[in-house]
Amino acid sequence: MSKRPEHQAPPELFYNEDEARKYTQNSRIIDIQAQMTERCIELLVLPDDTPSLLLDIGCGSGLSGSVLEEYGHMWIGLDISSAMLDVALERETEGDLVLADMGEGVPFKAGSFDGAVSVSALQWLFNADKKSHQPVKRLYKFFSTLYASLSRSARAVFQFYPENESQLDLLTTQAMKAGFYGGVVVDYPNSAKAKKFFLVLMTGGAAPLPQALGTEESDNSLQIKYARREASKGARGKPLKNTRAWLIEKKEKRRKQGKETKPDTKYTGRKRSGRF
Amino acid sequence: MKLITHNMLTSKCLKGVLTGYPLAINATDVKVNEVDFNPDFIARIIPKLDWEVLWRAADSLGHSEGLPQVVESNYEANQEFLKTAHKVLLEVEVEEGYLTCPESGRQFPITKGIPNMLLTEAEVQ
Ligand SMILES: C[S@@+](CC[C@H](N)C(=O)[O-])C[C@H]1O[C@@H](n2cnc3c(N)ncnc32)[C@H](O)[C@@H]1O
Repeated sequence: MSKRPEHQAPPELFYNEDEARKYTQNSRIIDIQAQMTERCIELLVLPDDTPSLLLDIGCGSGLSGSVLEEYGHMWIGLDISSAMLDVALERETEGDLVLADMGEGVPFKAGSFDGAVSVSALQWLFNADKKSHQPVKRLYKFFSTLYASLSRSARAVFQFYPENESQLDLLTTQAMKAGFYGGVVVDYPNSAKAKKFFLVLMTGGAAPLPQALGTEESDNSLQIKYARREASKGARGKPLKNTRAWLIEKKEKRRKQGKETKPDTKYTGRKRSGRF
Repeated sequence: MKLITHNMLTSKCLKGVLTGYPLAINATDVKVNEVDFNPDFIARIIPKLDWEVLWRAADSLGHSEGLPQVVESNYEANQEFLKTAHKVLLEVEVEEGYLTCPESGRQFPITKGIPNMLLTEAEVQ
């Protein structure tokens, strides 16, 4: 039934040679991974114009790593699939690669990294692929060793695909237990297509969680799991295209320009039934 | 595996191992691949390194020439030093060989430049 890759096979088998190649050649995937990596970098809030050393967790074939390079950072990537890492080698990414299972712990000494990113990998930790696998234990092991490997005030940002609300709870609980604070930022919470989850973990200081995209300023209640209200102001002050807020703003503009415009009603921006 | 990675990598995820650092390097194939020189990055990374571990690793691979055993003060301004450090940290790569855990003796193979740090179920803490 389920289309989720995590439900089909363990990651090192799912991402075999075939899948690794298909994944890395798909231009839609390349674009999406790049966009999400850029958002991760934004959420890392690294000091301006400083080339940093970053850890890429579940780096795969290096699609996320290529974006880190574009931003001038050096990265070390960790992945459980040797087929994915082989493709990263073929692509001649600049990052250095390590074959490892994040659920066994992050194998680096204390204070190694200025930050960590992970794009589309964290949901795999909810799997129990071996007899000895207990997701809660693996999550805790992962977060506590990750915490140690980061330098003070560094952040770790994960884009991931949670299956349900209890996974969000489990993630945040284990991350807090490991010493992090932070929470989940949900960009475009009301758009089925654009909605994206980012777990933002911080090691020091007391900065509030960043503003989610596609939500009202006032929605950004701290340590939130969700920004729940109607999408309106989106990225860089613009509402998401084709949403109700976008339509209303567009109509407002037409009115200001003195053009004839239908009044806003509760039907504005609603989906049409498509029957006629 | 670049030496910057070696300088950070440990076997502490092994059951019963405390620090697992530094990992001993046995290399059967070492390459030097050119990488763009970014003096800012090198200067920023140096305080984070265990310099002695770096020097020994470079020496064991036959690439310690010109690399001082101790980092001098004012290294940020010393272009020649930063260039040597750059080469050793980012350009020298172990392609084939293995790493050895200093506490347990467990070996981790390096193939096509990638160290395999995967553990067996019995080895996980
Ligand atoms: C969808 S791919 C994303 C790859 C890359 N970050 C990108 O943006 O293209 C997910 C990756 O997570 C890796 N992965 C899954 N479980 C893992 C684990 N337990 N430890 C390390 N990597 C894992 C998979 O092997 C796969 O390469």
